[in-house]
Amino acid sequence: MKGWQQYWRQFSLFALLALVLTGCGKDELSALKPSGPVAAMQFDLMKLSSAIMIGVFIVVMAIFTYVLIRYRKRPGQQGIPKQVEGNHALEILWTVIPFLLLIIMAIPTVTTGFALHKEYPKEEAVQVKVTAHQFWWEFEYPDLGVASAQDLVLPVGKKVQFVLSASDVKHAFWIPALGGKIDTNPGQENKMWLQADKAGIYYGKCAELCGASHALMDFKVEVKEQADFDTWVANMKGVQAKEPVTATSPLAAEGQQIFDKSCLGCHAVAGKGGKMGPNLTNFADRERVAGIKAHTPENIAEWLKDPQKIKPGNKMPNLNLDDNQVKALVEYMETLSVSEKK
Amino acid sequence: MSAHASHAPNRSGLWDYLTTVDHKKIAILYLIAGGIFFLAGGLEALLIRLQLMYPEIELVGAKTFNELITMHGTTMIFLAVMPIIFALMNAIVPLQIGARDVAFPFVNALGFWLFFFGGVLLNTSWFLGGAPDAGWTSYTTLALNQYSGRGVDFYVLGLQIAGLGTLIGGINFLVTIINMRAPGMTFMRMPMFTWTSFITSGLILFAFPAITVGLVLLMFDRLFGGNFFNPDAGGNVVIWEHLFWIFGHPEVYILILPAFGVISEVVSTFSRKRLFGYSSMVFATALIGFLGFMVWAHHMFTTGLGAIANTLFGLATMLIAVPTGIKIFNWLLTMWGGQIRFPTANLFAVGFIPTFTIGGMTGVMLAVPPADYQYHDSYFVVAHFHYVIVGGLVFGLFSGLYYWWPKMFGKMLNETIGKWNFWTFFIGFHLTFFPQHFLGLMGMPRRVFTYLKDQNLDMGNFISTIGAFGMTIGTILFVINVVVAAKSSKRAPADPWDGRSLEWAIPSPPPEYNFVQTPLVRGLDALWVEKMAGNKGMTPAEPIGDIHMPSPSFLPFLMSLGLFVAGYGFIYHNYVVVVIGILATLSCMFTRSVKDDPGYHIHEDELEEKGVKA
Repeated sequence: MKGWQQYWRQFSLFALLALVLTGCGKDELSALKPSGPVAAMQFDLMKLSSAIMIGVFIVVMAIFTYVLIRYRKRPGQQGIPKQVEGNHALEILWTVIPFLLLIIMAIPTVTTGFALHKEYPKEEAVQVKVTAHQFWWEFEYPDLGVASAQDLVLPVGKKVQFVLSASDVKHAFWIPALGGKIDTNPGQENKMWLQADKAGIYYGKCAELCGASHALMDFKVEVKEQADFDTWVANMKGVQAKEPVTATSPLAAEGQQIFDKSCLGCHAVAGKGGKMGPNLTNFADRERVAGIKAHTPENIAEWLKDPQKIKPGNKMPNLNLDDNQVKALVEYMETLSVSEKK
Repeated sequence: MSAHASHAPNRSGLWDYLTTVDHKKIAILYLIAGGIFFLAGGLEALLIRLQLMYPEIELVGAKTFNELITMHGTTMIFLAVMPIIFALMNAIVPLQIGARDVAFPFVNALGFWLFFFGGVLLNTSWFLGGAPDAGWTSYTTLALNQYSGRGVDFYVLGLQIAGLGTLIGGINFLVTIINMRAPGMTFMRMPMFTWTSFITSGLILFAFPAITVGLVLLMFDRLFGGNFFNPDAGGNVVIWEHLFWIFGHPEVYILILPAFGVISEVVSTFSRKRLFGYSSMVFATALIGFLGFMVWAHHMFTTGLGAIANTLFGLATMLIAVPTGIKIFNWLLTMWGGQIRFPTANLFAVGFIPTFTIGGMTGVMLAVPPADYQYHDSYFVVAHFHYVIVGGLVFGLFSGLYYWWPKMFGKMLNETIGKWNFWTFFIGFHLTFFPQHFLGLMGMPRRVFTYLKDQNLDMGNFISTIGAFGMTIGTILFVINVVVAAKSSKRAPADPWDGRSLEWAIPSPPPEYNFVQTPLVRGLDALWVEKMAGNKGMTPAEPIGDIHMPSPSFLPFLMSLGLFVAGYGFIYHNYVVVVIGILATLSCMFTRSVKDDPGYHIHEDELEEKGVKA
């Protein structure tokens, strides 16, 4: 029994250490660093409920610790403890108090619940149609006439009304720093609104098991100032109305040939191409390759050589390209940009 | 040959166990099978944690990882903790109510063999082209043919067969507890473990048909091209979720209630006090069981049911905190003023209290739908349900095993190893799952086979994996303890803990007829009442005489084997095999129906101990 308290001390130290060392996570990813009203409301509820629960826990632990120390059987203890049947007053007390605590939690639960489920028409919010695929995200802006994939671009400080669905299996759309998730059900539509209060890049994830590469079904949320957002929409629109631009360098031209032959069947670029795979119109502007890898020519090349190696189970076939073809394709794809910077 | 065989059939060894209908031997079968599956599920868990020890490592790969998580969840819930609960129920409930057997001994054996063969069928998928990989919830459409392999067929057929076993097991215990109680054992004098087993059996009766229906529909979708869950053909994926959770939520209470029962017994015995607030405990148990059926949609807050449904299910879920709170405080007050001893059984029971409280608290937090949109399908949920199921149920089962081991096997488990077992498991457990609350809030979804380097998720995952080693060591120590106990020659006394309920009134292990004479029960904690009255043992309610016993039978084994064979027929679309299997089962049922088997008698002079004149 002597080692008992020591273990506890070590354990609580460990737990504390675990907390401190892990910090509160990466700002762009963590639900503990809300960057918009939805995440903030949810964080408030978390704080309220955990405060009440920690209060209850402290009471339980106080009684627990007292009882364990005070009523341990001591050597030479005689007689039999009093057999207590119960105590109505006490039993009512610990029925009523939790009830009251629950009511305190229930009120904001109801109000926030309904606030989060409000639907905003297009006059008040940017409308975005999200379609989840194994293992990528498709974003359409029906009112703005543009479509994108993997990088969700949003204006700062404005409500965004999402309409979500899935094309194959169930996924879940989650941007922790902006707000909680909602499932994308095949054959049905769900709605949710979010808002980002700070420009920047946030991390989004798929939260529902959706197959082999579920862990890799990440996306980025690029929140821009309103003016930048408008420019982006205008540029996207301009490009998407046209044929794909003809490549500038000879290497890129070679890449474009390969692309037109092998890739356009599934991938749209500008106003041309299929919808099986992600829309690549603004590929060169993307934060990440395949949603997860740093945007570098090496990573693009690696993907092209063996897509299954980076995202197992995805639907892109291995095109068996040689090194030169890959190089040419990378060169061409890096020209697929709608921003002026490139 | 007369209608009644006049002597006990002479069977031994393996054949004895293959044909037994004795609830105590069936308990041991459940324990062995459940234990083996527990080790398998634990190994799967360890591989999961190893894969997640560092970011972006390749240990098992994406597909195998999904198979591991699916099989870990399915195995632990259906094939490990569930049977170990049944092991304890089989070993103890008839003894606690003063019965000689369960109501339907043959059905009891059948229940075990169905579970066993279902579990074996499911696990053979590892060797036959891949385990199921759509998660233990097998959400459609991922679980349909287009998106997942044959493994899910093993899931569907394996769980169907095992589930049948559980269902008839539950019905058996309902009838046993209603009909087989000794004279004087009124409902309000039943020990808490029997009460919780009773309510759990009731939940099984109502919950399992839902999963049965769900599995049949999924089977039709997968095997015969049905379109119940295929949205392309007008099916609806959310219906599967409802069916699954209408079963799946009560299942959580099916699991935890018996653990509550164990804790009530252990805390009370080792405090040398009667359970505080017994009647409110019974009421709380019943209420938890009832509310358990009302809240299934809290697993589906993010499915898109809308604000009204979410709010109602959220508030209903919060309500469960009230009866659970009653239980926690009653346990604390049971210890209050007692003389608390700390053998391993009570260490686990005492360790259960704060751990389960944390699990319950995060449960209430999850019941707030708007906040749940952040928690759902994240590691926060993983942490929560492991606090409830490991911190609650597995602690409860360990406690129960240490407590009743002497009664079941007639040997004491070693206390020194037991204490090491507790501390390594307890510390390992908290180290594993406590950081996961934060991982979830920091943006880690559940069921991910890897996570990226630059997302601050490294430390929490690393600590979590280290903790998993602690739990592994604890489990190995338990296995060692079992071996040590089996090899020791010291026999356990009938009443090693100064017990309170009827099972401690008879020798350890009990003779096959349990009670020489059915006892007369004169109050709650029947044995304690007699002890306090200065009596040596229970007062008998009947004169000593011949005891009627059911005959052993090989039919339950064969009957289950038939379904097992038919299962493979379905999985491989070989309908000849299906017909052979089903015919085998049906002919066993026919044989059972027409063969007159009135059992046998153990004669007065064969009884091991002499009874008292009634």
